[in-house]
Amino acid sequence: MGLLDRIGVRSPWILHFDTGSCNGCDLEVWALLTPRYDVERFGGVNRANPKQADILLITGPVTKKCEDRLRNLYEQVPEPKLVMACGNCASTGAPFHNCYNVCQGVDKVIPVDVYVPGCAARPEALIDGLIKALSMWEEKARAAREVKG
Amino acid sequence: MSRTTIIPIGPQHPAFLEPLNVSLELKEERVVGATLNLGYNHRGMEHALSLDYKKSQYLVERVCGICSNHHSAAYCQTVEAIYGVEVPERARIIRTITMECQRITSHLLALGHIAEVVGYENLFMQCFRERELVMRLVNEITGNRVHYSTNVIGGVKRDIDAAMERRIEDVMSDLRPRLEELHAIFSRDSTFVKRTKGIGKLTREQAIDWCVVGPVARASGVAQDVREDGFAAYDRVRLRPVVREEGDCYARTMVRMDECLRSVDLIEECLPLLKEGSVVLSVKGHPSGEGISRVEAPRGELMYYVKAIGKLQLDRVKIRTPAFVNVPAVQAMLPGARLADVPVITVSLDPCICCTDR
Ligand code: SF4
Repeated sequence: MGLLDRIGVRSPWILHFDTGSCNGCDLEVWALLTPRYDVERFGGVNRANPKQADILLITGPVTKKCEDRLRNLYEQVPEPKLVMACGNCASTGAPFHNCYNVCQGVDKVIPVDVYVPGCAARPEALIDGLIKALSMWEEKARAAREVKG
Repeated sequence: MSRTTIIPIGPQHPAFLEPLNVSLELKEERVVGATLNLGYNHRGMEHALSLDYKKSQYLVERVCGICSNHHSAAYCQTVEAIYGVEVPERARIIRTITMECQRITSHLLALGHIAEVVGYENLFMQCFRERELVMRLVNEITGNRVHYSTNVIGGVKRDIDAAMERRIEDVMSDLRPRLEELHAIFSRDSTFVKRTKGIGKLTREQAIDWCVVGPVARASGVAQDVREDGFAAYDRVRLRPVVREEGDCYARTMVRMDECLRSVDLIEECLPLLKEGSVVLSVKGHPSGEGISRVEAPRGELMYYVKAIGKLQLDRVKIRTPAFVNVPAVQAMLPGARLADVPVITVSLDPCICCTDR
């Protein structure tokens, strides 16, 4: 990696949004930030501002009322962006399958790059997903830089 | 004379974990009114739960991940009441132990959250560090960290063996000094005390008017705790409800902190009560009839009503969650507060939107 590339690498900022989850996965996402798992060591920082976010971390099946908000948030996140669906219900809507007020998973509303299974997703699985997301994001960011020249 | 300004907060906001929208009416820096807009988390759980009473034993935990075990305990108790069966003693004690474990994790989450919104990130991390101990213990007892899935109609699925009993004892004796240390920080730290004392007052009269439950009610001097009814094994242990009079954010935090320590006492008291015996009772046929049951979830009284019609489907499942009554009380606490205190007041209620909206 050349010097310029290394300077260009930033810490991606993570935006967490709950689209109707049961809080089970949110708890585990929070546990990730704390001393036991501490994901900040991989370079991701949790910030709640969509305009500055790079990775969108979604928990919960998308409820009808959250659908537009989620789309709105997604549009605000600047390119290159990445979406990570945490938990079974964000991935497929599973436990709430066929509930009248849910859209069955995040990928019915916005494109998803990384799916993390589990109900609730275990912190280890979440870390695994996050590392995948980080490396995908770095690639995307590098590609974007190359296009710009 | 200044005009009022309306500031909408949410559904995505750093101070709230969950989608919740509050419209604040402000005059300069003072809040004069607040309107809540809920429903972002409504999944239609009551309908989904009534489709299959057997699957609902597990689905019911997905109403809320923070108090999942209380939801399943309440649901199972209700269906057991319809069957008219008495759960084996050992199962009731195991349920009590897991429920108290979950109370500790839930309260530590709430404490960590309030520490974070007052800007004390270090304390937030410390709360979560201690919480992780209980999460790991629960993982060993039940095999899961969040949705324990141990309560079934008629008892529990997993027994606690002698080695596990010792393990629980060890963890509890490890946890107690850590909680005491947290207690000392919360009660004495001047930053924390200044940010919470006298903020977001809810008087005893208001608490009764708004029908609040759980720690919020107990912090306003309303001594009310469903555990005194003696469901599960609570009739066998010595309950000492924590009640405070001040009704401010500080009191609500301290009630939770004290309850964590009481929960450790309760778990330790439960362990010697475990006597040999089965942990699950088989029930035959589909349930038929109506049942109602209450448990004390971490946030207060949780009530289930089930109407069964002798089929796999249920006629009606009605859930009254504690957050459903506590969250609207924010409208009584916010008027008169400063804008900067709004997150502290909201979080001190320990709002749980997935319970409220279901
Ligand atoms: S995947 Fe399971 S634990 Fe996670 S938010 Fe959905 S229902 Fe809750």
